[in-house]
Order: sequence, then C-alpha cells, then structure tokens
Amino acid sequence: MTITKLVLIELWKRKSQLITGLLAITLGIAVIVAIQSVAVVSEQNVAKNLDNLGANILVLPQAASIDDYYTSDIDAPTLPMDYVERILESTIAGVDNMSPKLTRRVSVEGKSVVLTGILPKSEIASKPLWQSSGLLGKQLTTACAPNQSANESHGMEDEKLKRKAIDTLLSEDCMAGSQVAKKLSITANKKINILGKEFKVVKVLPETGTVDDDRIFANLADVQHLLKIENQVSAIEIMGCCNAISEGLLGQLRNILPDTRVTSINQIVSTQIETNQLMRKVTLVMLIIIFFVGGISIGNYIWANVNERKREIGILRMMGAERMTIYKMFLLKALLLGIAGGILGFLLGTLAGVILGPYLAGIVVKPVYIYLLWSILLSITISLAGSLIPTYLAARFDPHSNLQED
Amino acid sequence: MILKGENVLKQYQNTSGKISALDHVSFGVENGDFVTVTGPSGSGKSTLLLSIFGLIRLTSGTIFFNGNRIDNMSDRHLTEIRKKSVGYILQSFALVPYLTTIQNVMIPLALEKVPKKEQQTRSEEILEYVGLSDRKDHLPRELSAGQQQRVAIARSIVHRPQIIMADEPTGNLDPALSGEILEFLRKINRENKITIMMVTHSPMAAEFGTQRLHLSEGKITNH
Repeated sequence: MTITKLVLIELWKRKSQLITGLLAITLGIAVIVAIQSVAVVSEQNVAKNLDNLGANILVLPQAASIDDYYTSDIDAPTLPMDYVERILESTIAGVDNMSPKLTRRVSVEGKSVVLTGILPKSEIASKPLWQSSGLLGKQLTTACAPNQSANESHGMEDEKLKRKAIDTLLSEDCMAGSQVAKKLSITANKKINILGKEFKVVKVLPETGTVDDDRIFANLADVQHLLKIENQVSAIEIMGCCNAISEGLLGQLRNILPDTRVTSINQIVSTQIETNQLMRKVTLVMLIIIFFVGGISIGNYIWANVNERKREIGILRMMGAERMTIYKMFLLKALLLGIAGGILGFLLGTLAGVILGPYLAGIVVKPVYIYLLWSILLSITISLAGSLIPTYLAARFDPHSNLQED
Repeated sequence: MILKGENVLKQYQNTSGKISALDHVSFGVENGDFVTVTGPSGSGKSTLLLSIFGLIRLTSGTIFFNGNRIDNMSDRHLTEIRKKSVGYILQSFALVPYLTTIQNVMIPLALEKVPKKEQQTRSEEILEYVGLSDRKDHLPRELSAGQQQRVAIARSIVHRPQIIMADEPTGNLDPALSGEILEFLRKINRENKITIMMVTHSPMAAEFGTQRLHLSEGKITNH
C-alpha cells in the first residue's frame, strides 16, 4: 500500500464522481484542440498560397511611389546594396528569401523594355512559377507554416547561404519574359544588345501573367555597371513569413532600414493577419474561459471529495499522516484527472476537428500530435490550480473534529 | 513511566464563557499498564485521550511521553510520534470504506513507508492474529461490527506501537462482542506488552483495567 495506490483505488471505486469531474476539463480541452487543429491547417493553407505568390514584402527608397506594388521598382530612386547585408546580419525572424533588384526602362533594338538586375537564385526561389518550369533551383516547401522558423523552410543549413545563394547567371547571359520576347522576337540562345553590351538569352521565361513577362532579367552586378548605379538597388523583394508579418516584421525591418518604405501585399497579408488574430483571440478567450470554468469545476469536485472524505482525512491524520500526505493525496488525484482530461480532450478535440473541419472550414484536418503534450500540460495546470484551495483546506482540517463526525 | 500528565487544562470558549473540559488533571501511566478512563458523558474522557498526542491542543499543562515533553511539540513532531508509537481504536471503527481489510491494516505501514512485501507479510500475520485471515479481501461494509473492530485493532497494532489509545472501543458492540474485544485487548496488552489507555462508559469494560481513572466534570476523582 502506498499513498499513490490509495489515490488510485479511491479514484477507481468512485468512478461516477470521476466522470463528472473529468467532463468539464475534457470538454474544455477538446474545444481548444478542435479550434487550434482547424486554425493551424487553415493558416498553413493560406500560408502556402501566400508562399506561392512569391515575394510579399517590398523595400523601396522613401521617395519611391508605391501606387502599384508590382511596378514600383521601375525607375525608382535607389537604396544602398548594403541594406541587404543589414537584413542578413539582423536577427529578425521570418525573412524567408530576399531578392534585391535594380530596374530601369531601357531601349533595346529601338523598343522600350524593362531591364531588371537580379540575384538569380534568390529571385527564382521567390517565384515558384519559375521553379515549376524546371528552370533552376529546387522545389520550395511551404515557407510560412505557422510557428515554423523561416530558416528551416528551404532545407538549407546555413542561413546566409540560403538567403544569399546566387546561381550562375553569367554576365553575358539574360532571361527574357514571354511578352518582351515576343516584342523583340527573341528566342533562346539569341543574342541581344543592351546598353552596348551583348547578352545571350539563355531562357525565355514561361508566361506568368505578371509584369515579369515584360522584363529582361540580367545579373544584378552587370545591370548596376551598365546603368552606372554601382552598389545600389531600386528595391528589395522579400518573401516574408506571413505569421512574422502579422507579428510585426514590417516594423522590425523599418527599424533597421531608415529612409525606406517597407510595404506588403496588403490585401492578402492583412486578410491573413486578421484571420490569424481572430483565431488567436478566440483561442485566448476560450483558454481563459476554460481555465476558470475547468478550474472551478475541478476545484468544486475536489472540494466535494474533500468534504466527503473529511473523516478519512481525520483517521489518516490520527494515524500519523502528515499534512504533506494529505496534499499529496488530493494533488495527485488532481494530477491524474489533469492527465486523463488532457488525453481525452485531445482525442475528442482532434476527432471533432477531423470530422467537422471539412464541413465548417472546407479543409482536411489532421491530428497535430504536439497538441497532446500541450493538452496534458494545460489540463494539469487547470486541474492543479483548481485543486489548490480545497487541498490546502483539507490539510488544515482539525483531525479531532472530523473524527467526531460519526 | 511511559506517559505522564501534569495539571492538564483544556478550556473551550462558548457564549456563556469558558468551560473546562479538563480541569488541571494529573496522571501517570506505567509501561505495560492497561488504563481505563471512565466517567459520565461530557466528563472529559475523550478529550483527555485525544489531547495526549496532540489531536486536541491543550490550554495549559504538560504531558511527557517516554520522559520527553510533548505538549509543546509542533504538529509535525506529534504526527511523527503518532505514526510510530501510537495506535488508535475508535468507537466507530474508523476504517477507510473503499479499502479492503488488509489494505486498511496496511495504512500505518504505508505511512511509515515500510516496503510493500513487508507490509503484506506483517498485515497478514496481524490478520491471522485477530482471526480475520479469511476476510482480508473484504470491504468494511461486508464485515460484521465485531469483525470491523478487530480490523481496527489489527490496524492499531500492525506498526508495533508502544501505546494504544482506545476511545469507547466497545461502544457500538453488543455485550458478547464487547467481551470478546476486551479480552482481545487484554491479550494484546499482556502478550505484546503494549500499554493501553481505554476510555469507556461501561463498568464491565473498566474492570479490565490495571489502573482506573474516573473523570467527573473534567477532574480526576479517583486513581
């Protein structure tokens, strides 16, 4: 016989009371798990979509116009190339990929085209549409999975390598957007003269339906040299993790990049931010409600149990049980209730999420196993917090007056 | 002397003033004594029994156990003494209702953190001693009143205490069963050299005492 065994026997022999005690906390945890399970998949889906759109943050000089997000870099004032390094060297989380570029309208074969200097791999990495054409680089995974470190997203161990990786785009090579290729009647391997330098068109990019179709892309350093705008760029495109954006990534970037405009694709990001914030608020409110309702429910159950067992407490104290033993008896019971409530709540909540997710949110919800740990920890916390006062009072009972109750 | 009380005073406050449940009581108990405490209802017998090892705190006076003063000890120290050296038997048996006979008997050993195997062996031996080996897996509600009191007795001696404090141990039993239980207590007293202090209102039970104390209105009226 041990105190633990005594607690287990008592729990087992009074199963009906146990079920009542468990119900509130189990349902509470289940609600939170269900909401979170749906929310996390929803966020992942939106994040994935956002990821596929490419860069979602644009850093421009202060004087640049941002009337049109997608063309605001054309002929824009410039900002120092050092700003790229500044972002790299900062500890800001959520910057998933960067693409500094210098864009100017130039005349090629008598026709006005947009020339953009890029760091190829990072540019490609931020354009999944290009990637899917098998151009260069490797397939991206979802970068913006909620709570996922942006640094893990592309499977590169070295953060700087990931952000700075520059694939070969020789100084004589360029890529042409589909529209500009039509306009200039150019095909792959054809040579064109840009600002007095001959470039080989290594690839005609597939049509994307964006302003990129009207651009010619060349190596950034080359373009800077040809335009005589050394070490300057007109914009830095950033693929930012949507969660990080909602958590203040833009503000953090503004802090380290003075005299710049840091903007995002507002319509998309703000919707996601609002959704995420709403889900967080709902979860927080539920958490507070469940903490109090669950805590009070468990506290009430333990208090009823304490009252029912007053005489038993008196007997044990008479036989030499220390106050700590009484604490152990009831807190251990609360702990076991917490563990059981956490596990049952997780199972129930996950089941609810899996079943209801497709109907309510139109998404397929899968179990998030880490929530099992969180459910248990939360449930234990609620259970122990609710049991503290009744247990304290039980340990303070006068053994003599309880013995005389019979 | 195993137990000694000097000028033991226990007063309660009520609306009409202070009432002395024990009014400067002094007594002494030798090792191996079977002390019976008698007196009418409200004379302070149970108060005396329960106050000796701190279940009721005294207003004043001193109590010595094995020569050590214990009335001023902390709750923790008194709990330790009760755990190791004292066995209690109450009128209502005071068994834990959801535990079996043997589990009830094991409680004092569990509190002393005696290894499980030893708990089992010692409890089985004690149940054999009180004649309840065949009832070891029964719940209290499945036992007769006499059997329940024998479980309580087994529980009170399983940890080999120096003294048993029995509060009306035969109060809920018919005369035949009372006699059986009292004989059993005498057997424990004689065979195991365990001191017994027993409160009773029964003159027949008081006859079992080697030393008899009579309380009236909180005072000892004879030794």
